[in-house]
Amino acid sequence: MGILEVKGINKRFGGLQALGDVNLSVAENTTHAIIGPNGAGKSTLLNVLVGKLIPDSGSVMFDGQSVLGRKPHEINQMGISRVFQTPEIFADLTVMENVMIPCFAKRDGAFRMHAIESIFSEKSIRQQADAILDDVNMTEKSNMLASSLSRGDKRRLEMAMCLVQDPKLLLLDEPTAGMARADTQNTIALLKEIRAKRGITMAIIEHDMNVVFSLAERITVLAQGTPLVEDIPEKIKGHPKVREAYLGEAQV
Amino acid sequence: MDQFILQILNGLDKGSAYALIALGLTLIFGTLGVVNFAHGALFMLGAFVAVTLSKILTLSHKVVDETRTDFLGNPLQVDVPYVYDFFGEGVGDLLIDWSVPLSILAAIPIMIAIGFIMERGLIKHFYKRPHADQILVTFGLAIVIQEIVKYFYGANPIPTPAPEAFVGSFDFGVLLGFDPNAIIYPYWRLVYFFFSMIIIAGVFAFLQFTTFGMVVRAGMADRETVGILGIDIDKRFTMMFGIAAAVAGLAGVMYAPINSPNYHMGMDFLVLSFVVVVVGGMGSLPGAVAAGFLLGILESFASMSAVIDLLPGINQIIIYLVAIIILLTRPRGLMGRKGVMEE
Amino acid sequence: MLGLEKKDFRLLLIVIGLTLFAPFLLNPFPEGSELAQFNAGYPDLMQRFVIFGIFAIGFNILFGLTGYLSFGHAAFLGVGSYAAVWMFKLLSMNVLPAIFLSVIIAGLFSLIIGYVSLRRSGIYFSILTLAFAQMSFALAYSVLTPITGGETGLQLALSDPRIFGEAQTATGNIPVPALFGLEMRSSLEWDVGGWLFTFNAGYYLAAFFMIVAFYLAIRIFRSPFGMMLRAIKSNQTRMAYTGLNARPYTLAAFVISGMYAGLAGGLMASMDPLAGAERMQWTASGEVVLMTILGGAGTLIGPVLGAGMIKYFENIFSKINSTILHDWFAFLPDGLEDIVVAMIYPFIGKGWHLTLGIMFMLVVIFLPGGLVQGGQKLAGLFSRKKAEDNTKSSATEPAE
Repeated sequence: MGILEVKGINKRFGGLQALGDVNLSVAENTTHAIIGPNGAGKSTLLNVLVGKLIPDSGSVMFDGQSVLGRKPHEINQMGISRVFQTPEIFADLTVMENVMIPCFAKRDGAFRMHAIESIFSEKSIRQQADAILDDVNMTEKSNMLASSLSRGDKRRLEMAMCLVQDPKLLLLDEPTAGMARADTQNTIALLKEIRAKRGITMAIIEHDMNVVFSLAERITVLAQGTPLVEDIPEKIKGHPKVREAYLGEAQV
Repeated sequence: MDQFILQILNGLDKGSAYALIALGLTLIFGTLGVVNFAHGALFMLGAFVAVTLSKILTLSHKVVDETRTDFLGNPLQVDVPYVYDFFGEGVGDLLIDWSVPLSILAAIPIMIAIGFIMERGLIKHFYKRPHADQILVTFGLAIVIQEIVKYFYGANPIPTPAPEAFVGSFDFGVLLGFDPNAIIYPYWRLVYFFFSMIIIAGVFAFLQFTTFGMVVRAGMADRETVGILGIDIDKRFTMMFGIAAAVAGLAGVMYAPINSPNYHMGMDFLVLSFVVVVVGGMGSLPGAVAAGFLLGILESFASMSAVIDLLPGINQIIIYLVAIIILLTRPRGLMGRKGVMEE
Repeated sequence: MLGLEKKDFRLLLIVIGLTLFAPFLLNPFPEGSELAQFNAGYPDLMQRFVIFGIFAIGFNILFGLTGYLSFGHAAFLGVGSYAAVWMFKLLSMNVLPAIFLSVIIAGLFSLIIGYVSLRRSGIYFSILTLAFAQMSFALAYSVLTPITGGETGLQLALSDPRIFGEAQTATGNIPVPALFGLEMRSSLEWDVGGWLFTFNAGYYLAAFFMIVAFYLAIRIFRSPFGMMLRAIKSNQTRMAYTGLNARPYTLAAFVISGMYAGLAGGLMASMDPLAGAERMQWTASGEVVLMTILGGAGTLIGPVLGAGMIKYFENIFSKINSTILHDWFAFLPDGLEDIVVAMIYPFIGKGWHLTLGIMFMLVVIFLPGGLVQGGQKLAGLFSRKKAEDNTKSSATEPAE
């Protein structure tokens, strides 16, 4: 029984079957990659998982509870954090504030009226924030505005914001999309380190096979909205169906 | 039944003004993505073009009329407009009488020029700024324009009559076979309605049938793709700003006889026009026009005494009430497109 | 000190100092001197400075922090005024219950309007608040006349019950608002040399409330709640995916700023016990937008400065007429004098709105941080070295 259990998900947009009977099980403490050619339904699936889309039928259970019908912030409070294709950070706030906010969200829930307390007196929150910035090597940048960071640093910051909440599941949406080679390698290293140090369950949606095979412990291949195969990376590599899905697209 | 038709007619002139202003607002918003709070000021400027022209035409000099004497027995001094000197008395009178419709000719180039200057001088620097900044800077501009007009023309409304041929009312009901005096309707309001229909039709025809209009429509739908095609969309959008300004200005020119122009008439209309745009759906031209007439007519129905007896005060708030309900139930308005202004 | 960082505490002390000594600071010119017309230290105007300061501080908590631009905040001020006058009519002329009720009523009213309006964001939110405020204005003006006094406004009458106070004074007049017997209109005057300083009870009461309001605003700005509000302005998507529900945060900010507006309205009625519908009109809402942005939205002191500046313009600057101008430029040769006066005249005196509009546009275009940012930039030019040292540390804190 995985921490995330997706059963029989269907989603249609008008005449288009975006997801057809998708089943997926992400086991605890693994890195699970979801790959597939363009239009395979990866993004749709992700949006269902985070509460942005509601499927026509099926169930999504996370940690024994249903995710469906909940709002994104509620799903985050259940323990799912998400990293975006282009980093979503609080650009007008400092790096320090960026990581303090998820700490507050973790401690105080979706809303708390702490309007009179001073942020300067929140010692434990500061410690958590300091610790995570240290982890991603951004301590010396903690007073910079997030908008002034380099692209790579923005990605690290977003990662730190997710990690500081100690999520049960970290969803990564093409974390290396549009990155230069060196940045991609850095990101892979960062994710490996996180995986080794913290043992967080990760689900990655990715285009880049290089990234997928360096990180994933299990892979699900989606094609035209349905899962084709699910196996360990070694088996996926030579799988005829996978070849067909990727190459067939090009040949036709 | 006669009451029903009367209220529809009463709503038409205000509805026409709403529709014309909202049309211009939507053109600017749809093409440039700018929320223009100074659009009401353009409407007001149009009305003051009419005021200015009628002032110019009545500029006069003193002439001593030997044939008449004042009460002291001296020869009488009379004001003679300069137009009499140029065109003779008959044509001169005609020009003065028809100053408001004549202002249309003056207003078109003037308003297009003002629109150009506004867009090139100010608005273009705000394309990439947040909508709140656009609202604020155009709000500031509206104050500035308003105050300049106030400086030159004073704070009081300036009566600007319609040509004599259109002064007064006629019995519209008799034409439809109702009792005499059932539906009395002023001529000028009917003129205003037909005038606005012509402008609206003109704008739509322009967008539909000219290549210029096609490019602009394509740009409204997808600016980037049009840019890729190598078409200089910015120049055309500047032009559209000029046209939107002209539409607002013409709406103002012809509105002058209905309500004597004053410097803050633009602001009064702007608030309602924004409500109209939102009800019609941001970015939808047919939506703006339909919502303009709809709200104008609704307002007029709400002013019926039977309705007011039933729901006191409804005439004052009907437009806002409709706007609130529409915004909450159909955030895209009546005909809005998906994804417009949804942050 | 008082739970504030050193820098904020210093700012609070400055504000306290300025408000306490305002009767001196605003009256720098001796009576009867040529410049005496620039004195702003008379009770009526000083009261307006601090009351609109409160209004703008509150508006800034909503707009400055969350970026939600409300065009209907004057409605809450108006509601506060009506509530206060009704307390004077029904209860007694003591200002405390009146002010208390005006804050509560404005809070409830803003809760309802905010709850509905905040279902949308961006320009839709602005239009919704505008529509609600205009609706309130129209209703107050017409149908609600029994409650609001309609066109004439809500006024006190000899026949009012005032169950805990006196319906009329011994001389048969309507009593005036007072704080446990201290009449709001009473003043101490101090004639020293050529100067006349006025210390007005109503002003000091309003100033006290403004200092409290300012102090609370600092606390809110520096609180986790304030940080959340800035986060909402910055990125609502990340907000949601961080497990935070933006709606109650913005609603809380909306209600707080509505209560500030109610406080301002209650104080206004306490200084002069009448309330009219025009206080709710959208132009009044536009004025507080101007104040906040001119001074510096999102900064602590900006809104207060903006409010002070606009009220000074409205009451003092607007009184300069062409005769005075001719006096000033009398040293110039005649022809030149006329030209200079003709060039300046449109911008001052009755044309002050024009100057205001131009300044406002310049601020929006060049100084998003308002006059406060302008001041900081100027100060930075004069002490560039010092500024460079400070950039690192100043980046940590939100602007003052």
